[in-house]
Amino acid sequence: MTKKRLMRDPLNLIITGVGGQGNVMISLIIGNTFVRDGYFVTIGETYGASQRGGPVMSHVRISKKTQYSPFIPDGCADIILGMEPVETLRMLGRYGNPNVITIINPRPIYSIDVTGGNAEYPDLDKLLETVKELSSQTWVINATEEAQKMGSPMFANAILIGALVGSGVLPLDKKSVGPVLRETFPKEIEANLVAFNKGIKLVRS
Amino acid sequence: MTSIDIDAPGTSQLLVGNEAIARGALEAGVGFAAAYPGTPSSEILGSLAQVAKNAGIYAEWSINEMVAMEAAAGASFAGIRALAAMKQNGINVVSDFLANLVMSGIGKGGLVLVSCDDPSAISSSNEQDTRPIAQWLDIPLVEPGDFQEAKDMTKWLFDLAEELGTLCMLRSVTRIAHARGNVKLGKLPKKQHKAHFDQVHDLKNVMPTTLMPVPSSLRHYFLHVKIDKAREKFESSSFNRYVGPDKADLMVITSGNCWLYSQDAVKALGLENRVGILKLGTLWPMPEKFIRKHLGNSQKILFVEEIDPFLERSVMEIVANLPSSSPRPTFYGKRSGHINAYGELNPNMVIKAISNILLLTYQPRDVEYSKKAEASAKSNVPERSMTFCAGCPHRATFWTIKNAIKLDGRGGIVTGDIGCYSMGLGPAGFFQVRTMHCMGAGAGVANGLGKLGQFGFDQPVLAVVGDSTFYHATIPALINGIYNQSKFILVILDNSATAMTGFQPHPGTGITAMGEPTQAISMEALCRSLGARVEICDPFDLKSTTATLLEMMSEGGGAKVAIMRRQCELLRAKKEKPPYRVYVDTEKCIGEACGCDRLCTRVFLCPGLTWDKKVGKSKIDEVICNGCGVCVDICPQGAIVREAA
Repeated sequence: MTKKRLMRDPLNLIITGVGGQGNVMISLIIGNTFVRDGYFVTIGETYGASQRGGPVMSHVRISKKTQYSPFIPDGCADIILGMEPVETLRMLGRYGNPNVITIINPRPIYSIDVTGGNAEYPDLDKLLETVKELSSQTWVINATEEAQKMGSPMFANAILIGALVGSGVLPLDKKSVGPVLRETFPKEIEANLVAFNKGIKLVRS
Repeated sequence: MTSIDIDAPGTSQLLVGNEAIARGALEAGVGFAAAYPGTPSSEILGSLAQVAKNAGIYAEWSINEMVAMEAAAGASFAGIRALAAMKQNGINVVSDFLANLVMSGIGKGGLVLVSCDDPSAISSSNEQDTRPIAQWLDIPLVEPGDFQEAKDMTKWLFDLAEELGTLCMLRSVTRIAHARGNVKLGKLPKKQHKAHFDQVHDLKNVMPTTLMPVPSSLRHYFLHVKIDKAREKFESSSFNRYVGPDKADLMVITSGNCWLYSQDAVKALGLENRVGILKLGTLWPMPEKFIRKHLGNSQKILFVEEIDPFLERSVMEIVANLPSSSPRPTFYGKRSGHINAYGELNPNMVIKAISNILLLTYQPRDVEYSKKAEASAKSNVPERSMTFCAGCPHRATFWTIKNAIKLDGRGGIVTGDIGCYSMGLGPAGFFQVRTMHCMGAGAGVANGLGKLGQFGFDQPVLAVVGDSTFYHATIPALINGIYNQSKFILVILDNSATAMTGFQPHPGTGITAMGEPTQAISMEALCRSLGARVEICDPFDLKSTTATLLEMMSEGGGAKVAIMRRQCELLRAKKEKPPYRVYVDTEKCIGEACGCDRLCTRVFLCPGLTWDKKVGKSKIDEVICNGCGVCVDICPQGAIVREAA
């Protein structure tokens, strides 16, 4: 991986999932890495009452020039990192465009509306097909499944960060993200680095 | 990730707006900080408390906002720079003190109040705008337009407060407070704090800090002198600026996060040469001369601000006072309907407003793609209603309340309060909660309902309140219920933390904001000392808790207390492994054939329980389940199994 420029300025990255999955953590790691590389970064989070179990998104806006607002305008996402399938589609519906690049973890998390019988969760294969149709490029990364093999679903975060970095869509590499990862997970750094490398491998295979 | 006391002047750090405010206070040499947790303000005190020992300052979680503000004023009176922070609702709690503090003036230590508003009420019971309170009480008010300004303005505000001798206020909103951005750090002072309350007052501050027999009307006059001085300072503040062409087709007047949205919108539309932006940072008193100087920039003015038309009204007032020969611009904003008068804004809304006024079309993405993406999301994305976390004790508490009310049969009423358990209004709490207003209001309303027996009222009344809210605002209502013999049960949901705002400690926890052990104030000892009957229940013991509530409902006499004691599941899960491995015995679960009507997944609604459509049986989602094991006791078939993990 060589240092590259942003594919667009500002670069609009959305990290989405369900409250409690760790999207704030991912946005922080990516954001901090860019700030250390001399970029302006603005991150807008859904927070608070939707902290657990609700749909959450982090808008990460990266620029060499200026500080952008914490909201990506509709239709203007460049990259969507989806930690949950329907939440990824929710974001594509509002922020997607023909150029958007999507990285998706296909593990569903059912809402109480779905388990309670008041809403339907769509067929997963069809859903992934739709996501691919709406994206210029799609990587399906079985992050939760791989993380569970490692002993905890929480390793899915480091796997997805690895996938995002390994995909080459951001001007970041292992060298720049590594120190930030170390500071974020001082206790479980070895396992998280394994997960991070796993993500790089998955996205490139 | 970045500690706010990092000694790295000149470096750029990614800070959340609240951390930037805290850093600004540190750079200003704050010595004393106090707050009550409330989203979106909590990280200000939270981050100061974390570094307090190292920085040689004092930080506390106060019992409520009133005490926080008063304590901070005490420090100011003794010459220490002090800060109080709160969410918009807290400003109401503290307003009585504020109305008198502006009359006395502050001490030698600068005193700053931070109010974090929550447009769209994302984590609030209302979306109140606190800017008008600054105007109402004559408090100099500023609002940061980005993260850098959040730090810089806070720092500057301490100097201003000392110079003026009055409290100064910084207003922030969720999208600054809880968003992150670049902040270039300044130096941290190497200041030794020395506190002393001066008995003979320094008259420099116009009014002494202690109460002297000076008529209020005269103090009010002196307050106006301070406000005039503040206006003069604001006229030349670099926090106010105009960006755009000298003669613009449209001028946006804005402040705060809306300044960022306005810039995004102008860029997205490519109108940098046609649309100017007048960005205000000092909002009250209004820098009139500065605004008048820029009024001629355009014949059309659009106000971009959230909630109240504060800038809109204030600028119109300035225009009304212009000589009659002056040109009158056309105003667009909340009055004209171009900007919503409720809910938060975003760049799309500003793009739309500007496009409407300038008769432009804006198409950010291909039309066909847009139709397809929107339709796919609409037809495939299911709702995701708010609910309690997997293993939350509140779900079990509401389950027992629901069943006790049903068994009692007289139509018991639950009054609610502010916290995670406010979700008791919805499916998470089985729609049990009927009222929800402000901190402490549940017990207050219960006091009224509990005295209606003489009018034929015999419905049991249960007021649910969290542990932190109990200490904050419920104790006087409980005393009233005992003194006036109002018949209600105060149900305290004691999960050992101010959970909704991020697990801050409170007087019952025995730990301070700075992590020091302290005397815990026992809620049961306190309630018993008042003469109340107190029962302590484990909500996970569904059967005995339901029986206790049922028995208390039928008992006569005044207010009683039931404490539902179970630690917040998120706190427990941080410290220990799940107590149980929980799974569904697929032999025993008979799915739709069971008479339970899918009690576990359709009614109990723990997100750890899912429905396996293919086999028509319940299933535990092992990624979500926290292993509390409560659902074992609700399954009539005994099909859910818990094994010690």
